[in-house]
Amino acid sequence: MSEDILLLDTDVETALRAAVRSLLNERCDPAAVLAAYAGDRSLTRSLWKSITAELGLAGLLIPENRGGAGGSARDAAVVLEELGRFAAPVPFLTSSVIAATVLLAGDSELVAQLATGECTAALLAPFSAATVEQLPALVKDADGRLSGRVTSVAGAFEADVLLAAVRTPQGTEVHAIATALVTVDPVVSLDMTRPLADITVDAAPGRVVVPAGAGLPALRVGLATGAALLASEQVGVAAWCLDTTVRYLKVRRQFGRVVGGFQALKHRLADLYVELESASAAARYAAGALATADPDATIAGAVAAAYCGEIAVRAAEEAVQLHGGIGMTWEYPVHLYLKRAKADQIGLGSPAHHRSVLAGLVDLPLGRD
Amino acid sequence: MTNPEAVREDLRGRVAALLTDHDPATTDPVTFHRARFDAGLAWVYYPEGVGGLGLDRELQPFVDTLFEEAGAPGNNPELNGIGLGMAAPTILAYGTPEQRQRYLRPLWAGEEIWCQLFSEPGAGSDLAAVSTRAVRDGDDWIVNGQKVWTSVAHKAQRAILVARTDPDRPKHAGLSYFICDMTAPGVDVRPLRQLTGEAEFNEVFLTDVRIPDANRLGQEGAGWRVATTTLNNERVSIGGRPVPRESGILGAVTRTWRGHPEHHTPELHDRLLRLWVEAEAARLAATRLRQRVAGGQPGPETSALKLSFARINQQLSGFELELLGEDGLRYEDWTMVRPDRVDFAGRDAGYRYLRAKGNSIEGGTSEIMRNIVAERVLGLPGEARADKDIAWKDLIR
Repeated sequence: MSEDILLLDTDVETALRAAVRSLLNERCDPAAVLAAYAGDRSLTRSLWKSITAELGLAGLLIPENRGGAGGSARDAAVVLEELGRFAAPVPFLTSSVIAATVLLAGDSELVAQLATGECTAALLAPFSAATVEQLPALVKDADGRLSGRVTSVAGAFEADVLLAAVRTPQGTEVHAIATALVTVDPVVSLDMTRPLADITVDAAPGRVVVPAGAGLPALRVGLATGAALLASEQVGVAAWCLDTTVRYLKVRRQFGRVVGGFQALKHRLADLYVELESASAAARYAAGALATADPDATIAGAVAAAYCGEIAVRAAEEAVQLHGGIGMTWEYPVHLYLKRAKADQIGLGSPAHHRSVLAGLVDLPLGRD
Repeated sequence: MTNPEAVREDLRGRVAALLTDHDPATTDPVTFHRARFDAGLAWVYYPEGVGGLGLDRELQPFVDTLFEEAGAPGNNPELNGIGLGMAAPTILAYGTPEQRQRYLRPLWAGEEIWCQLFSEPGAGSDLAAVSTRAVRDGDDWIVNGQKVWTSVAHKAQRAILVARTDPDRPKHAGLSYFICDMTAPGVDVRPLRQLTGEAEFNEVFLTDVRIPDANRLGQEGAGWRVATTTLNNERVSIGGRPVPRESGILGAVTRTWRGHPEHHTPELHDRLLRLWVEAEAARLAATRLRQRVAGGQPGPETSALKLSFARINQQLSGFELELLGEDGLRYEDWTMVRPDRVDFAGRDAGYRYLRAKGNSIEGGTSEIMRNIVAERVLGLPGEARADKDIAWKDLIR
């Protein structure tokens, strides 16, 4: 518990938020996001290019002496919140947060390439994986070639390299495999703004980017950082849902009056606001604790991951309901957020998983164990 | 003195001088507090002459800490929360020089305990609907009516009172605000027993109580505005200090959990952790709000905090009884007592469960809090008002 962690934006963070939001306002039109469901992924390419080249965010978490922007987890949280607000279809979480965190544990030149945006990476794992035990291990043959199949991988389409956990007698290594050398089967995903792929690796060459001794902790930190910061994306999703619903209910008229004036609806929106305030404080605290390597960071991360996923789903479900008929249409963007929220809730460990982790951290065991 | 460090240095000197003249170890509390008041060190942000030095409000915790560290006596803040937190700022804002002189010093010193005669059986959430009447009689007002939910009325010497002085005007316009002497003839305080079995509050019956016009606070008919000052100050006190993780009812419940492994089930475990997470997130939201309003006045967002704490307390206390199983069926004591303050942690789970039901009613119901959040934070339309421009006497009640 660190009372001095700031839960508000600093001036620098306000500026970063404004820059990201302004770019997304300009170039992340909901209609273009929706096109992903029809297989048109051109927005992802152009948007990711803008984010990496113009804003220089691909290497946000990579230190300056390794070619990155030297930002903190707080900065990444701000970016993710804004990306969540737009359900933006870019691999920031998978490459710039999770893969970058894993890669930082090694000394490969991949880090610098990732920092400039010339290379994008993804962890070879189901998006639902929360622990290193859930990461599928590839088989390494006598020639050092890797084989195996991993399903429901997020960020694989944009990735130039995939990071795979490879178990060896010396420990778990992390290998980089060129995506061009594996089979990528697209999956019809619940959330097509972060589409999944099934990956088949068949005797593909890999190179060690994190050595055996450092592999497991690196993967563990990558997953935990991903889960803790995903909470900020979830807050962004929920915030869009609340803001948009409030705006709509201020203009929608039925029974001769503005629908937002009905107490039954006002109370539901007030409850949502209360939960969103809690979620956003929890996400910010987790990011702040990570940024300062605070000893409370693991508890903070588990709290944020357990809470924010539930709230984002609730906000999106309420948004669909309170929009009435229009909320059910394909044309209106609220369903994009419902799908993102539900997929995010399962991503990197369910809330139930994070609660069980928390039980161990705060000495609330089940039974006498 | 604009240099903040110089101001603090000066305050340190003043506190040290007072402590030299009045050793807290040997001075009786009332004398000590009178001296602290006279030195302008009671509320340093009040003007000189009425307990303050006209300084920044932010300096108050600094001074309080200096006195705390020196072992200064308490002025009964548990018992006199309404006096210190609500009556005093209202007297400062609306009192005449005479009223400030008469009331603030004994209030500060804990010599006179205050209560609040606001709510009535017919005016709870709709506070401006009060029907207690005050009728002019020469230099006095004659007051008749019934007030309810009055904390510490049985210990109080003074009360702040809202009464109707003009029933011909719309409800907000016909009210006046008074200082009532609780020892005056016609003031009858009766314990109001609650569902917990104890009488934490009172009913106060006012029968032909005479209040001198000199005890009116603010202009005749301006009582609602004065009361708003009081109520805003009530809100300021919410969420004032940081609370540690797992405090309050959650602390009691986690102790119970750890102490009763034989009652654990996976279902209860997940519920406990959900509540733990919710409580922690709400605690962090309170921390953030405190950071946001540091130095300034909290706005309607405090209503959001009150909503979440009420809900979490009720869910936690209900959960704890279930967790206890057979023991949850027992209650500690139904004997009627009149406690000075609420103590959740020091009582049994059954008490916590029953008392927490009040958290969503006291200080504004959760329904009213939701309206405040919806209208003043989210900007949604206000409730339809059927009573706005109608004389109070013509309202259907």
